[in-house]
Amino acid sequence: MSGSFLRKIRIIVSIIFFIPTTFLFADIFSLVPPSLSNGIVYLQFVPSVLKFAVLLSFSSFGFIIVLALTILFGRVYCSLICPLGTLQDFVNWIRGKIKKRNKRRFEFLKEQKLLRISLLLIPIIVFVFGSSLAINLLDPYSIYGKFAGNYFRPIMVGLNNIAAFVSDRFKLYAVYGYDLKAFILIPFIITTALFVFVVVMSWIKGRLYCNTVCPVGTLLGYVSKFSLFKIVIKNEECLSCGICAKECRANCIDSDNKTIDTSRCVMCFDCLTNCPTNGIVYDFSFRKQQSNNLTIEQSKRDFILKSSLFLFSLSTIAAQVKKKIIVTKPSTKPVFRKNAVSPPGSVSIEKFNVKCTACHLCVSACPTQVLQPSFLEYGFLGMLQPRMDNIASFCNFECKICSDVCPTGAILPIDLEKKKLTQIGKAIFVKDNCIVNTQKTDCGACSEHCPTKAVHMVPFEGKLVIPETRDDYCIGCGACEYACPTKPYKAIYVEGNRIHQIAKKNVEQKKLEEKINYKEEFPF
Amino acid sequence: MNRRDFFRKSLQAGLLTGAAAAFPGIYGNYFEKTSRILPAAFDLVAVKGGEADVMFDEAIKALGGMKNFVKQNQKVCLKPNVGWDVSPERAGNTNPKLVSRVIKHCFDAGAKEVLVFDHTCDNWRRCYSNSGIEKAVKDAGGKMISGDTENYYQDVSVKSGKRLTSAKVHEVLLDSDVFINMPILKSHSSTRLTICMKNLMGVVWDRGYWHSNDLHQCIADYSTYRKPDLNIVDAYYVMKRNGPRGVSVDDVTTMKSQIVSADMVAADAAAAKLFGMEPDDISYIKIAGAMGVGKKDLSSLNIKRIIM
Repeated sequence: MSGSFLRKIRIIVSIIFFIPTTFLFADIFSLVPPSLSNGIVYLQFVPSVLKFAVLLSFSSFGFIIVLALTILFGRVYCSLICPLGTLQDFVNWIRGKIKKRNKRRFEFLKEQKLLRISLLLIPIIVFVFGSSLAINLLDPYSIYGKFAGNYFRPIMVGLNNIAAFVSDRFKLYAVYGYDLKAFILIPFIITTALFVFVVVMSWIKGRLYCNTVCPVGTLLGYVSKFSLFKIVIKNEECLSCGICAKECRANCIDSDNKTIDTSRCVMCFDCLTNCPTNGIVYDFSFRKQQSNNLTIEQSKRDFILKSSLFLFSLSTIAAQVKKKIIVTKPSTKPVFRKNAVSPPGSVSIEKFNVKCTACHLCVSACPTQVLQPSFLEYGFLGMLQPRMDNIASFCNFECKICSDVCPTGAILPIDLEKKKLTQIGKAIFVKDNCIVNTQKTDCGACSEHCPTKAVHMVPFEGKLVIPETRDDYCIGCGACEYACPTKPYKAIYVEGNRIHQIAKKNVEQKKLEEKINYKEEFPF
Repeated sequence: MNRRDFFRKSLQAGLLTGAAAAFPGIYGNYFEKTSRILPAAFDLVAVKGGEADVMFDEAIKALGGMKNFVKQNQKVCLKPNVGWDVSPERAGNTNPKLVSRVIKHCFDAGAKEVLVFDHTCDNWRRCYSNSGIEKAVKDAGGKMISGDTENYYQDVSVKSGKRLTSAKVHEVLLDSDVFINMPILKSHSSTRLTICMKNLMGVVWDRGYWHSNDLHQCIADYSTYRKPDLNIVDAYYVMKRNGPRGVSVDDVTTMKSQIVSADMVAADAAAAKLFGMEPDDISYIKIAGAMGVGKKDLSSLNIKRIIM
């Protein structure tokens, strides 16, 4: 197979993966059903590993397929499947279009082995100690997800709303407007910073992120050292012209010494395409394997140890910060939420913090937009993970889409009937803020919206009725908090359960058995 | 109608038409469209014992047919209750079979188009589809419009409002020639019952204001703004408790009834009685009656009662 053919296949396949994955995060019309969504992200490495760790089922074998592909063909995950990889290739391509003169711009760079291994080990260590924060900031799929959700989704909304505006102008009502119900600034800034970091690196040095920072890249890189097919330099045909090195976005070809650092090769096949002879080929790796020098010096050990210590100490700081967060501000009476509310299926905040990589696929998929990125509501270690934002919206009683789409198993698949009894938090009534109490007029918006009537109305002064909450029936969906009209602060709010509980089914009332005589006269 | 009534009503109509010209803005000519004197033989029709759609056939026949309400080439706005993501037998939303039949009658009377919307409480797409109403509307040839974004809602002032003096109202309603209100009779945790006037909370954007500024007064205030040309109260399945959302089908009883009237207050009063409550126990009916929105006293009305 010729190099340019391989390159074309690479480009086509990467687009085939890239577009549907991107669309998932911008799908404001809920066009993609969860089953298809699962299929689209099936091969994403980190989510699949995490889901496998929870479920141990075929539904999460994606990462094993990726490992097998790597053993056979090298780091094809990085060039074909990884959306952040494709995005970087796109950035490169744009740069090539803009700066045509400076097209062949890459050069061989020395491997930053210490950095790579540290950044592979730190997420693993932090994960073992119960947080996915490092993964959530480094996993390429999750970074891309955050980026796509934060940027492409609003763009989609904008386009839709322009179309809706035009259609409404002509009274066609063919396209409906879409409201983004919340904009959470700090997660947006963090996402933007991550994105700029990756884009700048790729603008300057090609796949530098993939070859120094990305833990998936490092892991698959070292696996690919043993792969069956490899890019190899044929000494007898090579002219030592160095074109391949200048084309190599992975900066891994040392044309002077005629060696390739396979661990960093992302299988873009650009070198093959541009080689004037057949001096560089994609072939069986007949050559003797180079020994992997993985011995870590004392200084490197120190570095890893210290950086993990640093992260642990940060988590302690976060534990202090968490208690001070005010989610809803005081009306006449200040209201504090001690725990954020995690989505049904996440079982407990601790488990959620371990498994969620904050890819925000659920944020994009949530039809009511109640799932929004958090900042420190879950604590430092849970940064950016989605939480239930009952100011923006509330959890639909009949819906469990987040649990269906979650690729990591952070939100476990949950049966709808079970979801309807899963108590993710409890409603707390603040009488001092309630309109019925302060203004002596009827309201009851909270009770109206309550799907289980955990919030019901009881006699108050005169003919008035006032809300009363019943923990047994409450599932913490947040409809009451959302509906509560007290401004700017709520009179009812949901306090998150650190460990989700099971609510009781509201069966206190027997089935209505009214005998109606349809022939009877009207009562008026 | 005796001679005195005729004079009085003509005078009222004249005053309203005159007053309409005094209102500035795009929707100034609005009252002109709506202040028709109903030539109907009855103030209110109550039907019992049939299927929802068949009962409507009977009711509208008693009122002289849909042609009395919808003229050739008119735009009709239909406002059923589609507030909740529940199935039809949960009685949280208006009966889709009835909605479909009403649309059919509108088209038979020559309507140019029938547009249907609600500002839902649950997610609007799920409400529209799971209530069965979206399908019913489409099948009958009508069009279901979103009520989910604020830019559909235009500012209007409610001149006779005491607490509610302005509101943002859906443009589909403002643009229509005929407005048909199609509530379902339900128990309601904050207002005791939701019927015609309460159903109009679904045509405005900011309901929170109503809730925080004397809900009953606001409901009555808004009902002075744009009276529906026809109110069809669906009481086939009736949610007797835990309303307006309901907890399960156990809350629902099959009453197989329907009330149709051009007078919201009368329809609400009759529906309240049907439910087993006194109209005066529901504050907004009492207030609206006192404000002259309609007639709360059923004994003064000419009622047609049909038992099938």
